[in-house]
Order: sequence, then C-alpha cells, then structure tokens
Amino acid sequence: MNQDLSQQLQQQVVTAAALRQTLQIRGGNSKAFLGQPCEATSLDVSQHRGIVSYDPVELVVTARAGTPIKALEQVLADNNQMLPFEPPHFGENATLGGTIAVGLSGPSRPFAGSVRDYVLGVKMINGRGEILRFGGQVMKNVAGYDCSRLMAGAMGTLGVLLEISLKVLPKPAAEITLIQTMSANQALETMYAWAAKSIPLSAACYDGKQLYLRLSGSASAVAGTATLVGGDALDNGADFWRQIKEHQYPFFQTEQPLWRLSLPATAPLLELPGQWLIDWGGAQRWLASDADAEQIREQTKSAGGHATLFRNAAAKTDRFQTPDQAVMVLHKRLKNSFDPKGILNPGRLYTDL
Amino acid sequence: MSIECVENVSEPVPTLGKQALVTELRRILPQDEAVLYDAEDLRPYECDALSAYRQLPMIVVLPSTVEQVQQIMALCHQHNVPVIARGAGTGLSGGATPIGDGVVLSLAKFMSILNIDPLARTAVVQPGVRNLAISQATAPYDLYYAPDPSSQIACTIGGNVAENSGGVHCLKYGLTVHNVQKVKLVTVEGEIITLGSDGLDSAGYDLLALINGSEGMLGIVVEVTVKLTPLPQRAQVILAAFDDVEKAGAAVGEIISAGIIPAGLEMMDQLAIRAAEDFAHVGYPTDAAAILLCELDGCNEEVSEQILIVRDVMKKSGATEVRTARDEAERQAFWKGRKSAFPAVGRMAPDYYCMDGTIPRKHLPHVLRRMAELSKEYDLPVANVFHAGDGNLHPLILYDANKAGELHRTEEFGGKILELCIEVGGTITGEHGVGIEKLQQMHIQFTPQELEQFHAVKRAFDPNGLLNPGKAVPTPRRCSEYKQLPSQKKQTHQHDNKCAHI
Repeated sequence: MNQDLSQQLQQQVVTAAALRQTLQIRGGNSKAFLGQPCEATSLDVSQHRGIVSYDPVELVVTARAGTPIKALEQVLADNNQMLPFEPPHFGENATLGGTIAVGLSGPSRPFAGSVRDYVLGVKMINGRGEILRFGGQVMKNVAGYDCSRLMAGAMGTLGVLLEISLKVLPKPAAEITLIQTMSANQALETMYAWAAKSIPLSAACYDGKQLYLRLSGSASAVAGTATLVGGDALDNGADFWRQIKEHQYPFFQTEQPLWRLSLPATAPLLELPGQWLIDWGGAQRWLASDADAEQIREQTKSAGGHATLFRNAAAKTDRFQTPDQAVMVLHKRLKNSFDPKGILNPGRLYTDL
Repeated sequence: MSIECVENVSEPVPTLGKQALVTELRRILPQDEAVLYDAEDLRPYECDALSAYRQLPMIVVLPSTVEQVQQIMALCHQHNVPVIARGAGTGLSGGATPIGDGVVLSLAKFMSILNIDPLARTAVVQPGVRNLAISQATAPYDLYYAPDPSSQIACTIGGNVAENSGGVHCLKYGLTVHNVQKVKLVTVEGEIITLGSDGLDSAGYDLLALINGSEGMLGIVVEVTVKLTPLPQRAQVILAAFDDVEKAGAAVGEIISAGIIPAGLEMMDQLAIRAAEDFAHVGYPTDAAAILLCELDGCNEEVSEQILIVRDVMKKSGATEVRTARDEAERQAFWKGRKSAFPAVGRMAPDYYCMDGTIPRKHLPHVLRRMAELSKEYDLPVANVFHAGDGNLHPLILYDANKAGELHRTEEFGGKILELCIEVGGTITGEHGVGIEKLQQMHIQFTPQELEQFHAVKRAFDPNGLLNPGKAVPTPRRCSEYKQLPSQKKQTHQHDNKCAHI
C-alpha cells in the first residue's frame, strides 16, 4: 500500500536519539548480507512507499524509499523508460532506499554512469531526527553542498532516506549481445578498443571463456555496429545480463568468499588465486577466492583500486577497504555532522563509524 | 519562522599581521611576484566575472607547486587566516570575491596537462588548465572532455570542479561531477588527500561527489583526473523557428517523448535571437518568437535516424521553419549565434546581468510569462537563453549601472526570478553557483535545519571556517537581515565581505 510514514519514522529517530538507542535501517532486507553486521533495533522503512511524482517528459521520478525497486522499474518500463544504472536487486523485495544506500550499479555502469550519477535529490532524516531535503527534481542544481549524492553508498550511516529523485532515460529501441571466445588479456584489449570508439556500447563482460559485448541504441545503429564489432549474437542477451547483475550466473554459485575488486579498467590481471569474472569493461572484477584478505586488499590497492568482501565472509573480516587515515578522519567528522550520537547503522560501513 | 543563531559560525580572526604574513609567505614563495600585497598589484583580483561585487584582498599568492600550496595552507591555518582559492576568475556568482583580511590563493600557475591516457580515456591535469585546452590536447586521440561551459576558452578545470560547471551538452553527457574521476585536494591543514580513484568508484563515502560544486569551501583542488569521451562519429544540428514560445517549449517535451536525448537542446527568445543575429550574422530567423537548436550526435546511422524524427516532431509541434545544417560550417554557424548570445545581448545595453536558475521544463511557459510581467514591472528588458533540454534558464537582464538605482532594481528583479524558479519546484542555481550572489535566496530554498547541516558538513572539512568564508551557505544572521530588509539588498551587499560570516 502506498503511504507516507515520514512523520512516524521521524518520531522513531527522535526517540532513539533521545535514548541513544542505535537503529538498523531496513527496507526489503534483500541486501542484509552486504557490509558489516550491525546489531541494533530495526527501523523498518519498507511500508513508506509509493511514487510521489513521475512525469516521463521531465525524465525525473521521485519515490519513497520503501518503494519496491521492481515496481518502480515496471512503472518506468510502462512509459518506455528505465533506470540507466541497472541496479542489482538481490531479492524480490528490494527497495529504492536500499538501492541508493548500497550504491551498486549494474553492467551499464561504465557507459551510462552509476547510481550516484542519477541521484538528483533526497529527502532524509538525519541522526538528530530532522527531516531535510537536498538537491531537487531538476537536472542541474548546484545550490548547497551535494549531500544527496553523498547518500549513495553511505550504507545508511548518514541518514534515513525518505524520498529519492532520480533522472531516468528512454529505453533503447534495440539491443544485441555479441559473444566471442578469447583469452582474458585479449578480452581486456578488445574492451578498451571498443570503449574508445563512438559506438553504442552499453556493457562489456568476460566470464573466463567468452567476451560479451552489448550494444544498445536505435535499430540501425545497433545493426550497423554489430557488423563492425563481429561475434555471434546471443539469443537471450537480456537474460545473460540479468544473471550477471543479480549474481545468478553460475560463476556466482560459490561457497568461497566472493570479492568485488574495483580497479582502473586498464589494470593488468592480478596474480591472485581463484576464479575471475570481469565486468564493467575491466573496471569491476569479481574474484571467488580463499586467499588471505590482506593479500587481496594490498594487491588491489597497489593496482589503484579497492576490494569489497561481498559474500561468504568469514566472521571477523572487514567488508570494505579502509580509506587512508586522513580521509578516514573526514569520514568520522562527516558522520558526526549528520549523526552526532552515532545511532544510524553504526558499524555497517566501518567498525568504528 | 524563528531564526536560530549558530554558535559555531564565527569570523576567523587572523593572529598574524599583514607584514609578518607577507614575510612568512615570501619564505615559502621566494620567486618574484609570487606574493602580491600592494593595492595596485591586488587590483586584478578584486572581483570575478560578477564585477558588481569588489573587494581588495589583503594578499595574493601565486604558488607553482603542490608543496607550496600545502605550506601556504599550513601557515594560514596556524594563524587563522582566511584563504580564497581562485582559478581564472570567470565565475558568475562572486564565488571568488576576496575578503579584506584574507589571502587569495591563485592557481593560475598550475597550467600543465600531466598525463593523457588514451587507453583508460582519462587525462590528469593541474587545476589551472583551461577547460577547452583539455579537449584540444586530447583531440588527436579522438577523445574530448564533455562539459563545455560557455566560458570554456577561459575557465579552468579547478574552477569547474568548484562550481560543478555544466554547459550545453549536460543532458546527454552530464555535469562536471559526472566527468571527474579523481581529485587531489589540499586540506585546510595543508595535508594532501586523494578523493575518487582511477577506477569507477572508491571505498567509503563518495567525497568526490561532495567536492564537486563545493565552491572552494572544503579544500584546495590541486590535481584533477577527468574522464574523456570518444568524439562522436557525427554531429548534426537542426534549427527550428516558432511563432510562439509555448509551442517551442512543447516541442522540447515531444522530442524527449520520442525517446531521443539530444546532445544539446537550446532555446532562445526573440530578443536573444535578434541580438545574436546582429552580432554574429549566422542567418537566424529574426522574426521568430523563439528558436530551438537541437544537436544530435553519436554513430552515423543513429544520427540519420534521429534527424528525421526530430524534424518531424518540430513540424508537428508547429515550427514555422525547420533547417538542418547543410555542412559543418553551417553547424558551427548555428552554434556561433548561440554561444555569442551573452556578449551579443550585452551590446544592447551598457550592462547586463546573467541569471541562472533551473525549473522543471513543463513550467517554462508560466515562468516566461511571469518574467515578462516582471520585466514590465521593473522596466528592464530581459532576454532569455535557455538550456531547454535540462531546464536551465539564463535570463539576461539589461540595465545601465550609471543610472541611479538601476543596478538595485536589476538585482531585485533577478532575485524575483530566482524565487519564481523555487516556486515551480526548481532551484536558484543550475551551474553558476551560489557564491555571494544568491546567499539570500538560499534561505528560501532551504530550511534553517538544512542550512545548518551544510554548515556542519563545512566544519567537518574546515572546523575554523577559513576556506572561502561567507560564500555559498548563508548564516542565520543574514537570513534575518534579509527577511527584515528585503528592499535594502544592495546596501547589505556593500558589507557582504564583512558581515557575511558574522
């Protein structure tokens, strides 16, 4: 049921702040596995749902945080539009709020942009229990610090999201996925080469055997470029990319720790034991490996990236790579500026944040 | 509404006098003319492109290495001296306006492109590199830097980051924040930190997003890694003329509804068309009430397909004339008119004031109607240049500063336009920043709690308020001043540099 629970949620945060009671923000509970465990009273935002405004011609949608992402995507699809960053759902009940809070984007990320790139504004509750609005519902807006994009990927540690405004785009008229068998190094080289061209490339992934390139755009552009790129057309291209995005592809069916390595696309293949799947044209590499966490983090860092322990984590291992000390100091001060009593999702992002 | 005072917002009081500070700064910068302190030498720095606001700084420093910037910041931090970072000074909101007891830190000497990586499609540049220079340097690799503010010949990338600058291609290619991957920042304490990465994200909070558009209030950007975009195979532009502004506005919606995201979609009203045509002689239809320029780019087939669709949409929307540029020269000419619109309009009066607000596009007819009414009310002509694709308005108010009271009336008119933008669900600034120009309207767009949250963010980076004090986010004190004295705006401006951070 669509309803506005802003006041109730605000009251709960105000009460918790007064009692210094910690809160664990919960939407659809589809991404509870992400990040560090957080033992706190549950703050359920899943019933605060509904699309607040959507005018397809404006290319902007505003919805409450508890709105199921699936329902939102359906409404957009009914108007031939989409969320260009292809957010992973990781569950039937996934909500818009959780999608923004974890800041994850799908296969289109290197070509279309990330979740934070499409955030235009938020309405949120900070740790003082104040309802605040940042950004807005227009494409260009530089009034005040960009606190709305800051919420993307903050894991709920800076505020309880109430409403989010996003830029949306038309769905491409045509799409094709082309596959070619080659080595990992060949695949990377091929990804770089096409990414530097003015072609409608919208995803580039290598599963260890085959390179998958997706083209999206007008029918003539996709057909013309497909001839240029070469390879075999994949019958169920949309299924393949959904499986990659949702971690349903066989590669992800592992009991080993699953790592997400965010790297410069042009980083060489890392000498770490385990199985690899390369997405984002080389900039996001998944590694299923029992290797030592420190070893993985150090190698990733020296290659210019950061490693997230995504699934199947051993109990005491940090999930996210810690920034350099001076940057960590800023994290703590920022956290303090939004949530001085430290009641919102404490420890979910970093143990002492 | 009651206005609470915020205790932590206080004016920084330097603990070192001018002479002693000059001596210390010359130790860091021994080369000639890197520390300026005579009134004559300081004069060029008294304002940015919003020249109605002027103030001589105490000192200007022109470092040439990152280490020098760090030492300057450490010194100023130690002695509680305010620092105002400055790029090319092309800002339109007074964001680089000096303060009388502060140091202006010019990044003009940071002019090197440090690296271009065609494989990674990135360029590492110093903050003083001009926006257009990046695209010129990367053109041999068939790459360019997409954001293209009108001042791109002169404005620098450091200033672009500070303002989160846009341009005419934002709808498709994004703002500065979408095209910057990494920055090196010198903190107020003089430490150097890296935000963002050479990958597509970094661990922890997205501090890079926060830095973009922060108007030099959170740190000094000393190096920027920008994302480069492949040059399109082809770009084509369509010019459509309308006898009615509302029809032109409706056509914009119809283009979007047809599933097309143009590379650029610009609207000009009659006054702007005539001014541009008189100035640039590019063949604009001067009898039209409005024209739309719609640029399509990408791969060849797609551009061909979209030209047909857009032409059709324009005609169905009531265009009296639709022209597709015959060749590259004509395409350039169509754009030349648009890009020279500001100076062209500027020739029509002794002075002009460029406004910058964004609205949901559907409210365009209402906003234009209200603006015409206000124009009559204030007896000041206004020309409209509009980034129609993304809703960003640039009304240009024509006035004569030598006529008593006219600047004051202009500013009041401008303020009303911004309030109108807020009223219809938009914002007071799309790409020019708040600076000191729009501090008063910040009170209308944001609640006291929201403004206090901004101050809290500022304190996280700059606890003593030394970086560009008094800009971008008003203090509650000013809020009450404004609400009590709405008709004395100009008078409060005179004291801006002193009272803004009280």
